Amino acid sequence: MNDKPLNITVRGTGIVGVWQALVLATRGHQVTLVSKTSEPFKEASSWIAGAMLAPFCETESAEPVIRRLGLSSLPLWQQAFPHVVQNGTLVVASSRDQSELQRFGRQTEEYEAIDAVKLQEIEPDLADRFRSGLFFPREAHLQPHWALTHILQKAMEAGVQTQFGHPERPEGSDYIIDCRGMAARDELPDLRGVRGEMVILRTNEVTLSRPIRLLHPRFPLYMVPWPENYFMIGATVIESDDQGPVSVRSGLELLGSAYAIHPAFGEAEIVRMSANLRPSFPDNIPKIIVRNNTLYVNGLYRHGFLTSPALAHLVADYLQAGTIDEEVFVVEH
Amino acid sequence: MLSFYGRKVDSRLLMGTSMYPSPDILQKAVRASRAQIVTVSLRRESASRQSGQGFWKLIRELDVHILPNTAGCKSVREAVTTAQMARELFETPWIKLEVIANDDTLQPDLFGLVEAARILAADGFEVFPYTTEDLGAAERLLEAGCKVLMPWGAPIGSARGLNNPYALKTLRAWFPDIPLVVDAGIGAPSHAAKALEMGCDAVLLNTAIAKAADPVKMARAFAGAIEAGRQAFEAGVLEPRDMASPSTPVAGTPFFRLD
Repeated sequence: MNDKPLNITVRGTGIVGVWQALVLATRGHQVTLVSKTSEPFKEASSWIAGAMLAPFCETESAEPVIRRLGLSSLPLWQQAFPHVVQNGTLVVASSRDQSELQRFGRQTEEYEAIDAVKLQEIEPDLADRFRSGLFFPREAHLQPHWALTHILQKAMEAGVQTQFGHPERPEGSDYIIDCRGMAARDELPDLRGVRGEMVILRTNEVTLSRPIRLLHPRFPLYMVPWPENYFMIGATVIESDDQGPVSVRSGLELLGSAYAIHPAFGEAEIVRMSANLRPSFPDNIPKIIVRNNTLYVNGLYRHGFLTSPALAHLVADYLQAGTIDEEVFVVEH
Repeated sequence: MLSFYGRKVDSRLLMGTSMYPSPDILQKAVRASRAQIVTVSLRRESASRQSGQGFWKLIRELDVHILPNTAGCKSVREAVTTAQMARELFETPWIKLEVIANDDTLQPDLFGLVEAARILAADGFEVFPYTTEDLGAAERLLEAGCKVLMPWGAPIGSARGLNNPYALKTLRAWFPDIPLVVDAGIGAPSHAAKALEMGCDAVLLNTAIAKAADPVKMARAFAGAIEAGRQAFEAGVLEPRDMASPSTPVAGTPFFRLD
């Protein structure tokens, strides 16, 4: 391990791949980014992600390592992408599900329990809808399409060569960073898909300033406001490898929760409904698997945007100095 | 020893498999609880397309009996079709039959349940019906061919414990030889212990463990409570009395203060 520039091929143009390419190129390596599709992002599950940078809320069901990676990724996002919106996250529940709010509060930290007055102040459109909530002020969100495009562009500016529509395994690299998500499944037998479905709506009748998480004992969902009056509602979490279109049941759940957040969404346009698979390992924690001269960065589950920047730096540190983060590295022999 | 349709089990805890933070934590929780039966939902994980394989592989690794369920089915036909898919997929005649009447309370539709149970039992299934505490429905289910009863404690996920202990006692008294599993509504280990103390044979639960801050520890807590409840039942729990009954003899003790 040394500081010599390496010839590195990054495979896969989802959020993991573009971040790896950017960070490795910025550290002075010769990087080629390859993708089997001629259009980048087209098949990436990150294209339909919620893209919330919510290290505290995710602690409700994720291991502490996710929070750690998320917290170190947040400033990296802010440095690399000018449109990170750090307005926090608001967690609400209907009056009959208040016990869910209490449970969520017990399992997370860094929030403020807010009443109707404060709710009116920060999210006026929801003031009539909810009487209380949990506010996580340090959390952020972004528009995933803009972010992916921007990070790819920055990577290219940093010298990354791209070969899109290039299905072959590249030859002659010192290292291959494999970020292909589910496409790497043949080589990573532990990887499974966890299906997620989402809806994009558009309306100018509701204004939200931050992601809203609506707790429910069976269908906890969230809504993220995007620029230009778009709203993304996600996401189902189904233990299934089925990549087919959104089911009616899931569509009802997603649209029902939009309506529950605000009835004006009843008049919104349905812009798109999409489904894809989250690549996941059995513990739902991302892994960097070192196998000969290939490093697989995979299994980001529902934490792709949250943890990709930190994972890119962990890979770069490994290539440079051999450092290993015990919680995410698996070095095979 | 407790047995369901001729299969003996050591553990009186049946575990659901949904809503865990990860399959890994689910596996650890099942191992910690030493449960030997887990129930798996097919409806959501679209069995028709064989698509939940990654998850099912992890469930199979547990090496426990798999009890597929028809959670979310709202009609007899849907439940029967789901059961048939489950049999094919998991190669087991066992089916936890749920026919849901109300989306909100997830209360069983007793009429549909009895009908579906009859169809499935005639088709060779070994049916575990998720029912209420209703005695009449229980009789019909047994008539239909069920050899297990799974009355609810309280609505699914409500964590309220045993809403109607009197009716559960009635079921126990009427059907002393039918395995009685309290399914749904258990929130705390003490609820489970109570069910076992009353003579129920086992409990089935999911949310109380899956949504605990530490599911593995909670699984262990339930295992302990269930074991305690069962031992108490076997040992014979005292009936409550209206009056105090001191355990040391009262006769001869002075009723005036000596000091």
